[in-house]
Amino acid sequence: MSQMNSQDNLVRLRGIEKRYPGVHALQGVDFDLRAGEIHALAGENGAGKSTLMKVLGGVILPDGGSMTIKGETVRMTSPRDALRLGISLVHQELVTAPMLSVTENILLGRLPHRFGRVDWKAAHLQARDVLDQLGVHLSEKTKMGSLSLGKQQLVEIARALSRETSILVLDEPSAILGQAELETLYSVVRALRKRGVGVVYISHRLREVLELSDRVTVLKDGQLQKTVDAQDLDEEQLVTLMTGRELTVPPKTAPPEDAPVLLEVQELKVRGGAAPVNLTVRAGEVVGLAGLVGSGRTELARAIIGADPAHGNVSVGGKPFRRRSPRRARLRGMAYLPEDRKEQGLLLNRSIRENIGLASLGVRSRLGVLRNGWDSKNVQVHATAVHLKAPNLTVNAGTMSGGNQQKVMLARWMATDPSVLILDEPTRGIDVGSKSEIYQLVHKVAEQNCAVIMISSEIEEILSMSNRVLVMRERTVVAELVGAEITEEAVTRAAIVGGPRAEHGQRRSDPSNSESLPITEEQK
Amino acid sequence: MSASTSGLSEKRTAVDLSKIGAFVRKYGAGIALVILLVVASLSSDRFLQYQNVLNILRQISIVGVLAIGMTFVIITAGIDLSVGAILTVVVVYAADTVQTYGVVMGITVALGMGALLGLVNGLGITLGKVQPFIMTLGMLAMAKGIALLFTQGRPISITNETFLALGNGRIFGIPNPVVVLFVLMVTAWFVLRHTVFGRAVYAVGANEEAARLSGIPVARVKTAVYVLSGLMAGVAGVLYASQLGVGSPVAGDGYELDAIAATVVGGTSLFGGLGGVGGTFIGAALLGVLSNFLNLTGVSPYAQNLFRGALIVAAVLLQRRSARGV
Repeated sequence: MSQMNSQDNLVRLRGIEKRYPGVHALQGVDFDLRAGEIHALAGENGAGKSTLMKVLGGVILPDGGSMTIKGETVRMTSPRDALRLGISLVHQELVTAPMLSVTENILLGRLPHRFGRVDWKAAHLQARDVLDQLGVHLSEKTKMGSLSLGKQQLVEIARALSRETSILVLDEPSAILGQAELETLYSVVRALRKRGVGVVYISHRLREVLELSDRVTVLKDGQLQKTVDAQDLDEEQLVTLMTGRELTVPPKTAPPEDAPVLLEVQELKVRGGAAPVNLTVRAGEVVGLAGLVGSGRTELARAIIGADPAHGNVSVGGKPFRRRSPRRARLRGMAYLPEDRKEQGLLLNRSIRENIGLASLGVRSRLGVLRNGWDSKNVQVHATAVHLKAPNLTVNAGTMSGGNQQKVMLARWMATDPSVLILDEPTRGIDVGSKSEIYQLVHKVAEQNCAVIMISSEIEEILSMSNRVLVMRERTVVAELVGAEITEEAVTRAAIVGGPRAEHGQRRSDPSNSESLPITEEQK
Repeated sequence: MSASTSGLSEKRTAVDLSKIGAFVRKYGAGIALVILLVVASLSSDRFLQYQNVLNILRQISIVGVLAIGMTFVIITAGIDLSVGAILTVVVVYAADTVQTYGVVMGITVALGMGALLGLVNGLGITLGKVQPFIMTLGMLAMAKGIALLFTQGRPISITNETFLALGNGRIFGIPNPVVVLFVLMVTAWFVLRHTVFGRAVYAVGANEEAARLSGIPVARVKTAVYVLSGLMAGVAGVLYASQLGVGSPVAGDGYELDAIAATVVGGTSLFGGLGGVGGTFIGAALLGVLSNFLNLTGVSPYAQNLFRGALIVAAVLLQRRSARGV
């Protein structure tokens, strides 16, 4: 391949058009990508980012416009064409073979072989080589399924790289990563830039977009808003470009001191936990549950509602909650919105109406027969309450944007009138506009005297939403922060080096991380 | 500008085509049925005669009843390979019981037996966590064994007139099996569409974990659909025994495949969460009309399987597209 000067355009898209029934997804969009550049693509969900990148990746054929790749006008009709041109897409949803090794995943379909026999030695060497280039420290012989999502993501990038990629599209690579893994990802992306790869980076994390990228292209409703140098932008301007409005987080309202404790967890042992967990949440309180990915926040939530078996006691509304199961949890007024909406939350091929009605079927029925069918007004009321944007309620849940999917989940549980609401990463992969709306909804729920636990990896969200923050590490709660103690530094510190809480359960015999934190002693 | 206008017109035709495509996919079995009906009625005078239509319906009643249970099972993303074998067990036990203890007891034993074997399937799948395919395959073999052991391989003939009248009698001129099929179809439609249980069946098939986290008693729902499928095999067994008057130890061989075919041709997705008994009825009717038509036109019975197979594959090909083209 000829050596290119960094100002050369690897990609030159002009006037790209794409229409779907009822949607003008791309309206004459221009997009350039230089070699050795990180070019962020920003915009709300539905703005056309993914569509544009699918055009670039040969996944969909545009209705109009021209594409020039490395100086040549091309017409790609399949992802193979794009691959041949050195364009690789790493999707938001990972496509890996969990039972195969890292090597096999990297070289999927291209394993070196001799006389029909796989040459494992050469294969592992090749894989090792790519991983080294990326500075990724993991064994090429590990099974994919045993790696964290973050590591799997890096393997996907390695796969793209092993194919002589000069144009790499990363679609929300950071959405599923924890802090430590983020750093690795950033350094990998920067290493790629240094090698002259053109990287298109799609992300909803605005700060990250601004810090990492050289240029930012903002799309809104299928139209190009602007392409600007990242250094000429700040977060607020970016939001305004994306939405035409500003990100609003409603002010916190602290519940009264004597508000009743609605959820009490005592000595609950999360599987693999360093120490059992104790916590209480009062009516009207929003408790943020922070921690790194893998710190056990989801496991704790699932243990509380009985989705996974765990020893220990849970009380709801002052009464013990025994023989825990999601069904009994629902009957006791608890609601859990899982982090993985598609895998664990939604019935993707069923209508919005059914999705919203799912948890309140019993309420809307008599002797097992649904009252006024399943076309209950109740569903419509809750859809309206969460500001769901959908043409009608018979649309499949799978066709909606992330923000609207999350609203469907909220509506589903609002319909059960919960007294305890546990939200697991409620704004992951959601655009700025929907985020604000979800924050407001969470506040509204809390104001109606619901006890809220919000799990989040976005520190800003934890800081701005929580009356109280619990930080988890090694599958137990290691710190509790109230009021002015809730700072970014305190949360991050506890998440990375916090030891198990001293006065509850066994002290951990790991001196390296139990002493360092003032926060751990500071318990109410 | 010109690019955008040409893009527009291209798009317009594409939209129309995709709409037609969606229509064909959604109502594919129905359209095929209509076409087949037209072709059949044009090529044979006898085809559209009242008696022939009733005859077709009577012929599909057994498969149709089995397919009702199968529809519930397949909507939960399961499969029940054992319905034919359960039918066999039901037929031989019912035949024996009717001969000794009379009609009421015979039917009770038949339905109870079907439901019981279905329950074993359900518990194996939910408590034992055996895959539905394997569990019901095992049940298929076991049930066949039970039937052969019980009869020692010899058919039991039924001489009870009341019982035989059940299968061969008519209500308002409509054969009893057809009445049973319609009543069960309507009931099943109502259950799937308007009851908590029915909606839970769809939810479990569409996303089991989501259903569980939303408080749906997934294990109970799954067990229930296999019990239901067994129960339907019980009903179908009574229809079989009372129509043919004989408890044959090979009565149900191959019925499971017909039931699955009717369900899948009718648009119920093997991946779960989609479908319904309306489609299943059309699927069963389509297969029934096809074989009736082939019989009337004198096509060799050997060739009939070929047509049936092709029809099944064609129907599923259409659906595979629709499943992807969301």
